[in-house]
Amino acid sequence: MSSLKITIGAVNTRPGSSREYKTGGWRTMRPQVDVEKCIQCLQCLAYCPDGAISKSENAVQIDLDYCKGCGICAKECPVKAIVMLKEEK
Amino acid sequence: MSRQGEERELFAPGHRMCAGCAEGIAVRNILKEAGPHTIAAIATGCLEVVSTAYPQTAWEIPVIHAAFENAASVAAGVEVALRELGRKEGVNVMAFAGDGGTFDIGFQALSGMLERGHDVTYVCLDNEAYMNTGIQRCSSTPWGASTTTSPPGSCSKGESQPKKPLAAICAAHDIPYAATATVAYIKDLRRKVRKALDTEGPAFLHVFTPCPTGWRHGSDDSVELSRLAVETGVFVLWEAVDGDICNLKVTYKPKKRKPVAEYLKKQRRFGHLTDEDIQRIQQEVDEKWEKLED
Amino acid sequence: MARQTALTVKGNMATALGAKLCRPHVVPAYPITPSTLFPEKMSEYIADGELKASMIRVESEHSAMSACIGASATGARVCTASASQGIALMHEMLFIAAGMRLPIVMAVGNRALSAPINIWADHQDTMASRDCGWLQFFAERNQEGLDLMIMAFRIAEDERVLLPAMVGIDAFVLTHTMEGVQVPAQEDVDDFLPPYTPKHGVLDPAHPATFGSFGTPEVYQEFKYMQTRALEDSPAVIDQVFDDFERRFGRRYSRITPYRCEDADVVLLTMGSMTGTARAAVDELREQGEKAGLAKLTVFRPFPGDQLKEIAGHVPGLAVVDRNISPGFGGAVFAEAAGTFVNERQRPLIKNFITGLGGREIFKENIKDMYHRTKQAVEAGRVDQPVEWVNLNREVLP
Repeated sequence: MSSLKITIGAVNTRPGSSREYKTGGWRTMRPQVDVEKCIQCLQCLAYCPDGAISKSENAVQIDLDYCKGCGICAKECPVKAIVMLKEEK
Repeated sequence: MSRQGEERELFAPGHRMCAGCAEGIAVRNILKEAGPHTIAAIATGCLEVVSTAYPQTAWEIPVIHAAFENAASVAAGVEVALRELGRKEGVNVMAFAGDGGTFDIGFQALSGMLERGHDVTYVCLDNEAYMNTGIQRCSSTPWGASTTTSPPGSCSKGESQPKKPLAAICAAHDIPYAATATVAYIKDLRRKVRKALDTEGPAFLHVFTPCPTGWRHGSDDSVELSRLAVETGVFVLWEAVDGDICNLKVTYKPKKRKPVAEYLKKQRRFGHLTDEDIQRIQQEVDEKWEKLED
Repeated sequence: MARQTALTVKGNMATALGAKLCRPHVVPAYPITPSTLFPEKMSEYIADGELKASMIRVESEHSAMSACIGASATGARVCTASASQGIALMHEMLFIAAGMRLPIVMAVGNRALSAPINIWADHQDTMASRDCGWLQFFAERNQEGLDLMIMAFRIAEDERVLLPAMVGIDAFVLTHTMEGVQVPAQEDVDDFLPPYTPKHGVLDPAHPATFGSFGTPEVYQEFKYMQTRALEDSPAVIDQVFDDFERRFGRRYSRITPYRCEDADVVLLTMGSMTGTARAAVDELREQGEKAGLAKLTVFRPFPGDQLKEIAGHVPGLAVVDRNISPGFGGAVFAEAAGTFVNERQRPLIKNFITGLGGREIFKENIKDMYHRTKQAVEAGRVDQPVEWVNLNREVLP
């Protein structure tokens, strides 16, 4: 059990603290971005249920700490710049 | 889409939604449109349970979860309090609830809030069953769908009732804005969210959100299914501004509707349906569109 | 002493006046007999500009408490009124309001619960909610209803408490009966009750917080413990507030008020409007040479076991009058009183009398009857029948 002091009325004053929980461990498939093919349309960024995708300099990057491997990004990419590979771990 | 890269995530990763959950897609994009000057009341359901496990929360805006059936009443209380305290200016008040907490148990509170004219934007995230409790039927469940309380069997075809036309019922409250949207069409969704928030008074958004776990489809198919629902005509994208359903405007009409079988066959919750059943669904969709076109 | 205005008002008006003086911001309310006059009066005050607030004319009592929760969490001072079926309907929200530590104040027109449907006085509605974590006060007279509403805000909003509170006035006997009251001046109530400034959390985009978290087995028990401690430690705050109220407004309140108990053979424990009748009965018994005493409960939650022990510990017999029933056991006050004394070396024999249900009149003769039955038990040195129903018409029972 945690020893983080609890608040009156269970009011949680730490917005976005879910980031402490790394859902990346859920994956069985892992996305791989081909940065050459990526046109930065950012549809994958919009469609990611977990907000794990962000803009990189010339393409997108996927935060593997949170990516659950759902595969939506790969499926929706208009130029097929993302492929899903079997998660090795 | 270009703003997407710079906008701050107001629904943080680390939440416990199933992989591929369309509610996650919806909420992230809706909050990006709403911005940080937003307070939301959320109902018990998948969204609430996956995002607020103490001491962690995925929400970067203030939210209040009270119970299952009353997101609308709680939001009404928030809105009135803000006005009385002189803090309403520039603050969006929203409510988020699932189809369970809206179509069924939440119906009374929603109707009351709409009728009293509160300046609240209510978003219903519709995955067509009580998913958080394990896929039970709701009045939002379409005819023929398999759920744990409407299972197909030798004496049953699955859900026996048609889907309740909730968004139309809300529009019939004569509210200033009501619309339907889904996750495949992000621009459309965001435009409607913007319109709802900018409208003074109650606004209702019915957002269709496929559920890989409940509908039994691949986690990567959630966006594709939401697109197919629209392209086959099963889910109609419309908005009603300033009044009743006679003023309903279809915001996207597929040039040639795809056969509903394309949509149904990707989901195992419809796997038991015969060709005859699918034909029946096709007919109902065709008739619906005939009426819309009049 | 503060200047106060003398008025003759019904109980609902007294609680509405008390609430109005506390300057609530938001009043979500739904009509139900016998409390309906409360939202009506609040609507009038607002419509006439006497109170700067907003009503929310919700579509059910469940939504009334839900809206109270939303408004209170936003930082507003909030109150409402309900009774009977309405309290029952909002039942889940009562627990939630307390769990979220929101100092909402509710006036309750104590009324029987269906079935059969009955609109008259008894305490079943508040007793059925005694576990929700709310402070519970009971008024004997309209003056108490008015005063307790004012004190309830101050106690509920105290940083050491931060719990919702309900103030009960008996249906019709108080809600609809005119009595003379002294109404404190607005400036004096403003001085007594500072503005509500919640420090534990407010819904505010400038400081985003999540209210109503999902509490797993790892933390839930600790939250309940914390909430329970706040309620159990509130007597210190209640007593302080009672003292301050007396200093400013000249009226003395106690969590239990003893009357002629020092040498009593039997003390009657009462709550609500029946206390007036009981006091008259005690005086008559005393004139007849009987050593009767009266203890009036003003605070039911948190149960004032400490004061009950002081007042009745040394007394041979305690007659607990319950205007409610916990079927299968006895009355709610009886259970609490018995629990208070169960491990004490010095304790009275305790008898429980169920009466006054659904507006059944409680007569002086009934009270005297309860006194005598308890005295008999004391003389016999044992209680053969712990729970007895009084003024029950056995003739109509099949």
